[in-house]
Parts: sequence; C-alpha cells; structure tokens
Amino acid sequence: MKFFNQTTTVLMKEILSEYKTKDVLISMLLFGLLVILMFNFAFEPDSEEIRNFGPGLLWMTFIFSGLLGMNRTFAGEKENKVLEGLMLSPISWNSIYLGKMLANLLFMLLAESIILCLFSLFFNYAIWPRIEWMAIITFLGTLGFSAVGTLLAAVSMNTRMSEVMLPILLLPLALPVILSVVLATTANFSTPTDQNSIIFWIKVLIAYDVIFITVPLMLFDYVLEE
Amino acid sequence: MVLLRKLHGSLTLLTMMGALYAIFVIAPRELTMGIVQKIFYFHVSAAWIGFFGIYVVFFCSLIFLIKGGRQWDIRAASAAEVGVIFFTLNLVSGPIWAKPVWGIWWTWDARLTTSFILWLIYLGYLMIRRLVENPEQRARLSAVVSILGSIDAPIVYMANRWWRTQHPQPVVAGDSNSGLHPDMQVALLLTLLAFTMLFFYLWKTRINLERAREDVDILQQTVQYHIKEAR
Repeated sequence: MKFFNQTTTVLMKEILSEYKTKDVLISMLLFGLLVILMFNFAFEPDSEEIRNFGPGLLWMTFIFSGLLGMNRTFAGEKENKVLEGLMLSPISWNSIYLGKMLANLLFMLLAESIILCLFSLFFNYAIWPRIEWMAIITFLGTLGFSAVGTLLAAVSMNTRMSEVMLPILLLPLALPVILSVVLATTANFSTPTDQNSIIFWIKVLIAYDVIFITVPLMLFDYVLEE
Repeated sequence: MVLLRKLHGSLTLLTMMGALYAIFVIAPRELTMGIVQKIFYFHVSAAWIGFFGIYVVFFCSLIFLIKGGRQWDIRAASAAEVGVIFFTLNLVSGPIWAKPVWGIWWTWDARLTTSFILWLIYLGYLMIRRLVENPEQRARLSAVVSILGSIDAPIVYMANRWWRTQHPQPVVAGDSNSGLHPDMQVALLLTLLAFTMLFFYLWKTRINLERAREDVDILQQTVQYHIKEAR
C-alpha cells in the first residue's frame, strides 16, 4: 500500500508539472502532426495505399512523437537538481521509476488518441468501427514502449548527447513491440478483421510488457545510484 | 602467465591453419553453390562467436552488478569489443554469400533481421561506454544496457520468426545445414574451434591492454603529484 501511495505521488507530481507547462504534450502533438504531413507529401497515398501503409505510418508517428516526450522524462529533472531531491525523499526508487513510467504512458496515450483522430480525419480512414482492438493494441504497445523507454531515458540522461542516445538504445530494444503492434494493427484493419492474428500478437505484447516492467524494476536502482 | 599466453597464441594459430586446410583441401566442393559455399564455415563461426560474445558480456555485467569489481566491467567491455568484430564479419560475409546463391544481397528473414538488430544493440552498448565520462557510472549504465539487450535477444528472434511464418517467404534457398557431408562437418567444427580460441586470445589481449592503460594512468598521476611536490 505504501509503495502504491508513493507511486501515485510521483505520478501526480508529473501530471501537475505537465499541467502547468504542457511542454511535452504540445510538442508531441505538433511533432505527430508534422510527421503525418511529411508522410502525405512523401507518399501521396490513395485510399488503397493507406490501407496497406496506414498501420506502419501510424505507429511511426506514435513512436517518434513518443521518443520526443520520453526524452523529457529526466532531462527536466536535472535542471534544478530535482532528481537529487526525489532521490533523497523517503520513497523507494522503484516508485520513481513506476510513477514516471505511468506518466509517460499517460502522456503518450493522450497524444496518440488525438493523433489517431487526426489521422482518421486527414486520410479519410474509418477507425471508429475497429476502435476496441485498436485501443487494446495501443495500450499494450505503449505500455511496453514506455516501460523500456523510461529506464533507458534514465540511462541516457547521464550521457553526453542524451537526446541522441535514447533512440539509439530504445529502438532496437523495442523492436518486438514495434513489430507486434504494426502486425496487430494491420490485422485489425484488414477486411475481414483477422482475429486470430490480433490475439496472437496481443499475447506477444503482454509477454513483452511483463518482462520489461519486471526487469527495469530490478535494474533501476543501479541506474540512479551515484 | 606469459608462457601460457604464448602457448594459447600459437595453438590458436595452428588450429586456424588446420581449419583453413580442412576448408579448402579436405572438404568437398558443394554441388550447386560451388566454391562460394566455403564462406559458410567463416560465416557460421563468426555468428557463433558473435552470439557467444553477447552472453559473455551479459554474465560479466551481471556479476559486476551483483558483486562489483572493476575487473568484471573491463571483461564485459573487452568481450563486447571483440564480439562486435565477429558480428560484423558475420554480417558482411552473409551478403557476399547470399548474392551468388540467392541472387540478392539481403532478405528480411528471421535470422538476418535478428543478427542485424543485435548488432545494433551491441553498438548501442559501445556508444554508451564512449559517452559516459565517470568510470563508475559508465560501468553501471553499460551493464544495465547489456542485461536489457541480452534479455531482449531471444524475444527479438522469436518475434521475427513468428512474423516470418505468418507470411510466406519469397526467397528460400538451400541452406546446407541439412545433411552436412562428414568432411564438411570436420571443417566446420575446426573453424568453430579456431574462432573460439581466437576470441579468447583477443579478449585476454584487450583486457591486458585496459589494465596497462590503467597502470599508465596511475603512473602519470603519481609523477604529476611528485612534480607538484618538488615545486
């Protein structure tokens, strides 16, 4: 119970500071919008092509805008020695990880749902009838992505060129997530919906999520230690 | 110790000669692929050492995090540097073999994709080591990255396999793994042995280099200290 309270405290702190500045959400959304715009000029997709490339395009947008937000996880904490304060406060360090991971998950999901609506609007892509599976896939995929991403953001915060290091470390490690979400989304948008394939990839995602929430919890102390 | 290393070195050299002889003289020419198939021995052995290296790095990093001790960090880093060379050899020799046999340089099949991604993870690990200045922090952070990477490796492989079994593959050409001629088997095993011995030799050399570097650092600091004192 204590651990749960500590985690929600960290989460609320993140939400509050995001609410005051709105830095992360705005930059993620704008970036996502720009990626959609760029893709439109790069491929000029018609409705048939959108059916084929849509899932990949969508997830590319999600992942790149997510990386942008993830980079801010610890970067802001370094400025006024906030991180030292957090580490000195009487909470377990794992709750810092979990709180920040949940905050990343929340912000990414918020940005993703708006990007999804815009995507549907710009490319005339009917998402609503298939939203149930889409929601599950997006949640599980984003969970895995932010679980690894939050740990690696803490790792790359200590390096020179931390903004570059995060994608270099995160993208190859998150490849199983990227592969599964894209294939599950493709199966979801194919006609008729390929249920078996969706369920299969959702199982892969769940396995990945369980592993990559457990392992960072064991490793996070070593990352923060000074 | 020096004598042992010299012995290790000369034995490695001998095994390499033996492997070359087995590959080019004893092993028969493959019927369909011809002389190109000889790459197979180097390609497979390099892949084996590449994967082996990942787990050497993993175990050294794990011991470092549990027990601490700089020597484990040095061992992990050295194994990664040597391992990435073999991995690169594997990735380069693959396309050279694939082009005449499959007609293409590259195909996104499970094994190729996995090797490529693991190679990128390896490079990320080496990048982290270059970009963190504080040695203690560097050791801890890179150990964390290597553990994440090694846990990810089998998942990456399985994900790629499932991905590929869902779609029929465009190019599947004869892989000579099935039904290897006994002489070919001998050549492969000898090459594997030679590469493994070479890996350990290079690994040890790299560790010694790092130790020598540390000794020089300490000497330098001592000299500087004494110069200051003298003034």
